[in-house]
Amino acid sequence: MKKTLKPREREQLLGTIYGGPMGLWFTLFFTVPLGIIILYSFLKRGLYGGVVWEFTLTAYKQMFNPSFAMVVIRTLWISVLSTFLCILIAIPCGYAMAKSKHQTFLLFLIIIPFWTNSLIRIYAWISILSTEGFINSLLIRLGLIDEGLKLIYNNGAVVLVLIYMYLPFAILPLFTTIDKFDFSLFDAARDLGATKLGSIVRVLFPNIKSGLSTAFIFTFIPIFGAYTVPLLVGGKDSTMIGNIIVDQVSKTRNWPLASAFSMILTLISLIGVFWMLYNGKREQMQKEGGLKKTTQQALEHNVKAHHTHRGTK
Amino acid sequence: MNYHKYSNKTGFSFSYVMLTLVVVFLFIPLFVVVFFSFNSAKGMQWDHASLVWYKTLIYDSPSLWAAFKNSLIIALTSSITATTLGTLAAIGIKWYRFHGRSYITTVSYLPMVLPEVIIGISMLIFFSAVKVRLGMFTIFVAHTTFNLPFVFMMVSARLDEFDYSTVEAARDLGANERQTLTKVIIPSIIPAVLSGFLMCITMSLEDFVITFFVSGPGSGTLPLYVYSMIRYGVSPVINALSFVMILGTMIIAFIFRKFLKTVAASS
Repeated sequence: MKKTLKPREREQLLGTIYGGPMGLWFTLFFTVPLGIIILYSFLKRGLYGGVVWEFTLTAYKQMFNPSFAMVVIRTLWISVLSTFLCILIAIPCGYAMAKSKHQTFLLFLIIIPFWTNSLIRIYAWISILSTEGFINSLLIRLGLIDEGLKLIYNNGAVVLVLIYMYLPFAILPLFTTIDKFDFSLFDAARDLGATKLGSIVRVLFPNIKSGLSTAFIFTFIPIFGAYTVPLLVGGKDSTMIGNIIVDQVSKTRNWPLASAFSMILTLISLIGVFWMLYNGKREQMQKEGGLKKTTQQALEHNVKAHHTHRGTK
Repeated sequence: MNYHKYSNKTGFSFSYVMLTLVVVFLFIPLFVVVFFSFNSAKGMQWDHASLVWYKTLIYDSPSLWAAFKNSLIIALTSSITATTLGTLAAIGIKWYRFHGRSYITTVSYLPMVLPEVIIGISMLIFFSAVKVRLGMFTIFVAHTTFNLPFVFMMVSARLDEFDYSTVEAARDLGANERQTLTKVIIPSIIPAVLSGFLMCITMSLEDFVITFFVSGPGSGTLPLYVYSMIRYGVSPVINALSFVMILGTMIIAFIFRKFLKTVAASS
């Protein structure tokens, strides 16, 4: 006998059938693991990895150890500097792309290096910068230098390669927002006597705020959590938080400390994301005359705007 | 259009020069790698053109091919799983209100915004806590997890344009839920589903950081193999492999060209 369901029950049932499996998957393999990290960060470390079930704040206290504090400060300045430079370079690029008649072709040009395997791209920079690398061989052959310059395994190389890796993350959202910008506003500003620079700063920038904040977040978060770049092109003094986390898990086997550092990364990322949402939402409200968007929709919107271009993290 | 009135004069000079420089900057490393893959000598001193490294790559790198096989298995299985779960969830969340709906939507976006290291480390700690041995299975789980958001997002975006009255029409004409799904909904969202699937394959083949954490002995994927080679120093075989991978990327970008165009047009 087939039972007929009320529309509301039917909707509940169908929704659960469709959405349930993914919800379950994320709960099991994303929410629970993240929960375990939060839990572990408050536990005592086990002798050979793992944890002892005893509440303590040791892990968080250890983070203030000078050598770790140095790494946190370094991670901050490297991330801020690289992100800032990325955005500074990306603004004119996004602008030029938005104005171009060959947008698809230009998107191609930006996306091909971007989708190329990240290790291959880092490897390319190693072969360019290393002591026997492309630049040094070229300079020696030209007779400009006698012995190889030290171009790699320092913070400069880390910043350079980070910019290379994450520049497209800044260009794509900026391109998307500048492309939506109504350029006739520009002409209006110029007609009213504004200079070119003045109209860019006072007319263009306020209109692409959401693009700027998206570009900032999607460049800053992955750079802040960078692991491979400092490992492969950085020197002894280029360790970043990502490297500490990995070392604490695989070498030192201090899981609580690794968890505590992960918490820092997660918290800063989340603050960034919510700041981005807040900016996007405010702009949306200004534009649509107070029409409210939920945080959820704003998140979907921002992430979509960003990710429809990209394939990698 | 009249908005080019001022910008063509001054806008051209600076922003176009900048864009050109950036494109050159983005491509130079790739060109260098590809160029030296045809070098007969081992270092970065040009000797003469040769295909010797391609020969080594094809005939003399068994562990590379084993890693590539692992990569393919993981990419296919995780992409199929992610595409199935993600598509169904997108349909459910778009059209039905049910308990846990907003939880699922929120949690589905987070794996994309958190740093990869966090996803990797939390999975590693989770698998050790529940005593699952690291290997192909754990890599499969991890890849499915980071692929799911992309399918979900791409299919949701397509469903936003989908006219729900088509579904109602199908129901009125007597179709049951399964028929509606397979005969009405799926056929019309299939381009988005396929793009999502392809995106998953691409990301799965390319992921290093997360795989690095959850892989066990014998389950190394291609990026892990590349990593171990890079750690030994510059090897021309990687150059040859790079060229193959760059070509692969270009083909994928080419397949996506229509998608890029619609994105560029709609944005």
